Amino acid sequence: MELNVLDRDYMCSGHVGCPGCGAAIAMRFLLKALGEKTMMVIPACCWSIIAGPYPQSTLKVPVLHTAFETGGAVASGLRAALDTKGDTETTVVTWAGDGGTFDIGFQALSGAVERNEDFIYVCYDNEAYMNTGVQRSSSTPYGAWTTTTPGQEWKRLRKKNIVEALVAHRIPYAATASIAFPEDLVRKVQKAKSIKGSRFLHIYASCPTGWRIPSEMSIKIARMAVQTNIFPLYEVENGVRYTINYMPKGYLVREYFKLQGRFKHLTDDDLEQIQEMVNEDWELLLRKAGVAMSAAGTVA
Amino acid sequence: MKKVVEGSHAVSEAVRLARVDVISAYPITPQTHIVELLSEYCSDGTLNARFLRVESEHSAMAALIGAASAGVRTFTATSSQGLALMHELLHWAAGARLPIVMAEVNRALAPGWNIWTEQTDSLAQRDTGWIQLYCEDAQEALDTTLQAFRLAETVHLPVMVVLDAFFLSHTYEPVDIPEPEEADRFLPPFQPAFCLDTENPAAFNQLAPPNAYMEMRRSMQDAMESALDVLDAIEDDYERLFGRRYGAVEAVHCDDADIILVTSGTITSTSRLVLRQLREKGEKVGLVKMKAFRPFPFEALRIHTAHAKKLAVIDRNFSFGAGGIFAQEIRSALCNLARRPLVFGYVAGLGGRDVTTDVIEDIYWRTKTSAHPEAESIWIGLHQPAPAA
Repeated sequence: MELNVLDRDYMCSGHVGCPGCGAAIAMRFLLKALGEKTMMVIPACCWSIIAGPYPQSTLKVPVLHTAFETGGAVASGLRAALDTKGDTETTVVTWAGDGGTFDIGFQALSGAVERNEDFIYVCYDNEAYMNTGVQRSSSTPYGAWTTTTPGQEWKRLRKKNIVEALVAHRIPYAATASIAFPEDLVRKVQKAKSIKGSRFLHIYASCPTGWRIPSEMSIKIARMAVQTNIFPLYEVENGVRYTINYMPKGYLVREYFKLQGRFKHLTDDDLEQIQEMVNEDWELLLRKAGVAMSAAGTVA
Repeated sequence: MKKVVEGSHAVSEAVRLARVDVISAYPITPQTHIVELLSEYCSDGTLNARFLRVESEHSAMAALIGAASAGVRTFTATSSQGLALMHELLHWAAGARLPIVMAEVNRALAPGWNIWTEQTDSLAQRDTGWIQLYCEDAQEALDTTLQAFRLAETVHLPVMVVLDAFFLSHTYEPVDIPEPEEADRFLPPFQPAFCLDTENPAAFNQLAPPNAYMEMRRSMQDAMESALDVLDAIEDDYERLFGRRYGAVEAVHCDDADIILVTSGTITSTSRLVLRQLREKGEKVGLVKMKAFRPFPFEALRIHTAHAKKLAVIDRNFSFGAGGIFAQEIRSALCNLARRPLVFGYVAGLGGRDVTTDVIEDIYWRTKTSAHPEAESIWIGLHQPAPAA
């Protein structure tokens, strides 16, 4: 497979991510697609650690580490400063986890995209507060164990649909992407780079440590999330024009769930219920995309 | 040129003269007039800056952290709840050594809702690493704001220019506004010592383990310690160009004074009048105006007060369980001196209650007639009896 990206890497070996870390893979592809005229804003997240301690840095582009809830605002200010300096070439990217995006950083993100600030906001989503030791976030999916949803208290609430929340702001570009589909991911990053205004990428980034999966399963799990419609690949332009990038082939969610320790407590009934939720979300997405569907639930 | 302007607008004029690049602000009374005028200046081209209308004070400071990290001149203004919301990022801005300038209009904290003046909001930020300069009138607010940029950019610490709500922010006074060319001579364009640069990529504010963190903190303290000398040198230049200087501490009639009133903000102006009246009656009274609170002007304070018998510190602020905040710090500044005055701590004017000449005179006579302070903090002007709970 040939990727339409530079051979050059902007990420050094020797970063301190866990083995199989999806977020490290996602960063590598992101920077390959963006190139060296990039400035990264990184609010508190796993990447605050992965990027390395003073005086080292894993990345070959400037990195501005910042407080947890400030990703949208710091990038707004950085962009404004570059504009006043006449630098329109550099791409400003906020790189945040799901906690910093769905939860504590949501206000600053919403404010920034309402102002249509000219930057790319990337949420790499590992579905919980992994850096602090696997606590639930509003991105944690229905059914998951975390250290704050332990035992029979597993999360019985749905994952917040962050892309739809961003789409509701009518931003120029919002898309999902996955580390298991690098050519799609790279294309979306490059497309985002070519657009002015607020752009949002939601990247599925598996977490072997927090999900209780072997590190070599990272990509496989990410692929299955797309194949089962748990994490559909799609993009939305200007808040209205939906394009679905991957049409599934009928995999069941139980295949995805049974491989992960975080879901091992779920019963067949639970899995049945989750399958219905996933089907419902998928049908809703198809309707938004204007894709007709047969009565059997497969795309016509 | 002298113009009659509102205290808030004196700050706005200084920001215009400083040719700030990025302004980011969120509305809160009584600060709003400062940024309203700046917003107009940005939209009509008087000031060539980007104005970010962010969704909170927290984001206002965050945006400036982003902008200043790219090496441009930045400004915001806030008050009270807004400053409290920024608290985390005040530490961040200082730790990142960013020369952000902020006007902070002192307003009491809720509950109950109170928009009137009190210093507890800014003084509660004393440990954040921000330089804090308290202003007495509109002219000083303008001059201090302009100086603040040079000070911040020299020592690499953010500066808070502090002014009283309404008594200063909403009061019109004649103010000498420098011409742009004059201001340019005083304040050259910002030349950052470091900034984000794709040609020279580096990580800012990253993980700092125990083997690195402590030296970073010490370098902030070194910068703080240098700030008073730097301010003095900046004031030399300013005085040469504009004929005005203030000092980190101002002493009036302190040389022969038995009792010295210690004030900050607009209470100082009222105290000047009381001082004159008491002097006319033959009282040996002096006045110390505290302009710098961070860094704390230990030396100047000791020089001006050590020989006095008593200090009457008037605090329009309070630290619960301790006392008036200026009084606490002044006691600690004097405690190791062999000969030192008794420090009387008075708490007055909280939540904007008026501190009149009568109140200040009362404080003077109470101090004169008491051998010792009757309490750690003496609250002035409480309604008696206190309303039943």
